Amino acid sequence: MLEIELHHRIEDFTLDLAFTAPAGLTALFGRSGAGKSTIAQSVAGLLRPERGRIVLGGEVLLDSARGIFVPPQRRRIGYVFQDARLFPHLSVRQNLIYGQKLAPRSLTAPQLDEIADLLGIAPLLNRRPAHLSGGEVARVALGRALLANPRALILDEPLSALDPARKAEILPYLEGLRDRFGLPILYISHAPEELARLATTLVLIEGGQLRAAGPVAEVFATPAAAAVLGPREIGAILAGTVAGAEPDGLMRVETAGGPIFLDQPGLVPGQRIGLHIHASDVTLALTRPEGISALNLLQARISEVIEAPGASAHVRLDLGDQRLLAKVTRRSVAALGLRPGLPVWALVKSVSMAAEDVTARGTPG
Amino acid sequence: MSLTEALGLPPEAAQAVLLSLRVALVAVLASLPAGLFTAYALARWEFPGKSLVNGLVHLPLILPPVVTGYLLLLTFGRTGWLGAPLADLGIVLAFRWTGAALAAAIMAFPLMVRAIRLAIEAVDPGLEEAAATLGASTPRIFATITLPLILPGILAGAVLAFAKAMGEFGATITFVSNIPGQTQTLPTAIYSFLQVPGAEATVARLVLVAVAVAMVALVLSEWVARRVAARIKGAR
Repeated sequence: MLEIELHHRIEDFTLDLAFTAPAGLTALFGRSGAGKSTIAQSVAGLLRPERGRIVLGGEVLLDSARGIFVPPQRRRIGYVFQDARLFPHLSVRQNLIYGQKLAPRSLTAPQLDEIADLLGIAPLLNRRPAHLSGGEVARVALGRALLANPRALILDEPLSALDPARKAEILPYLEGLRDRFGLPILYISHAPEELARLATTLVLIEGGQLRAAGPVAEVFATPAAAAVLGPREIGAILAGTVAGAEPDGLMRVETAGGPIFLDQPGLVPGQRIGLHIHASDVTLALTRPEGISALNLLQARISEVIEAPGASAHVRLDLGDQRLLAKVTRRSVAALGLRPGLPVWALVKSVSMAAEDVTARGTPG
Repeated sequence: MSLTEALGLPPEAAQAVLLSLRVALVAVLASLPAGLFTAYALARWEFPGKSLVNGLVHLPLILPPVVTGYLLLLTFGRTGWLGAPLADLGIVLAFRWTGAALAAAIMAFPLMVRAIRLAIEAVDPGLEEAAATLGASTPRIFATITLPLILPGILAGAVLAFAKAMGEFGATITFVSNIPGQTQTLPTAIYSFLQVPGAEATVARLVLVAVAVAMVALVLSEWVARRVAARIKGAR
């Protein structure tokens, strides 16, 4: 558990807030300039706030009243920077073990082979960072932070430099991380999709002030959320593998919930792509719908129902290890008896391919 | 001496060449740690009197070299405020080759610091922050991240300082004079031979040596710097 209490002034901006991040993924959400990075840097010890108190698992890392300031090298908080900051003069392997060599020995500490496999970077170990793609750089940065055996993790927009396909590739690792290592993770993001998919706790920040903090389902439902999240459409990115062209020219893409058909020529069978699906483009049905024009029908199970402000609700769907979000009315939630664990059919009205940012909206129906 | 014989240099001139190489090498090697520290402090730290330190470092660049030599003589001469206690310890710099090395080091110092400082300023402090979050102490961060990344800059600074030290004239002749076989360096030897009728051939050969040494140093450093830079950028 990570307890955070901060007061810091930079020119005419004042950060003044307090919240607690339990084990799991705590998303810090707010517009740029809201103070998210100041919080992250304070927690890591890269910035010494004017006043504050930061306690990680009972250990005081910062207490300005008592003059306590633990320097970053003794905090053991992993930090995955937005710009990755891999050491350019070291190989991927040397980057990965940089912190591992300095971490206290422990039986539960992650090992190089294990992390390299988990993140799919084993073939890259002898390369230099300059020869890696954006997605590879992000995974190496993540691996480097994990191998230092951290007690908490800060992910500062680790996916912002990536195209949606790479995002779709890394999101499962982050989910695995959240569920497996049991560390408090502070996750900074602009992207509602990532937040919807990953967060267990949500902290909404506006102009250096706390707007709301708590379990994601609760915070989502508050009017404060609407103010901070804005009218932006939320959705999810579903990973898929191109199966091949159908006789009528449509491309069949296999996903964890079933096939999706795309009017997107030029895809290569076997290619992994990300499918961006807006929550408002997903309709739910309790039984397999018959006699409809929609082609894209996915089998899913409800994992959570999040009441949003107004008359709407967001439903989180599990499709194997993938996630989908559906936006429905609260009336429908009540009428259909939508609740966690319920198997449903998701009708996807529109899919855009995230990989090349080519919109294939209006899939023939 | 076979090389100098082949070049047709009189023994006096050959001694001057060898002394200059020694003076320049000692000056660079001895001042490198101080240069690195000063460059790091100026690039990365905020401290009171920073602009004063910056000014002092650059002073030899803008003062007439004779003035620097005279100030060295005042300070390190046998009766100077530092020279007198040093003489009691048996360390005499004025009119010795070690004094020539000191003069050369001070004259070359601004060039060395400038090159290294630019290299340090080019290192993303974010990399050092990243190393800190991975548990590295400040000395370790310097040794494993900063130092390897600024190596080309250190090299450039050292070569620049070496070239400057080889060519130093004004401060050297003022501080340690121009004693053949003792404090006569390449430039002061060229100056002396220019005063002697009929020594034009020797002057010409010395000039050639000076040009050759400078070129070799430059080419060598370019080559090493390129290799180091390529390794950093990851061309393996």
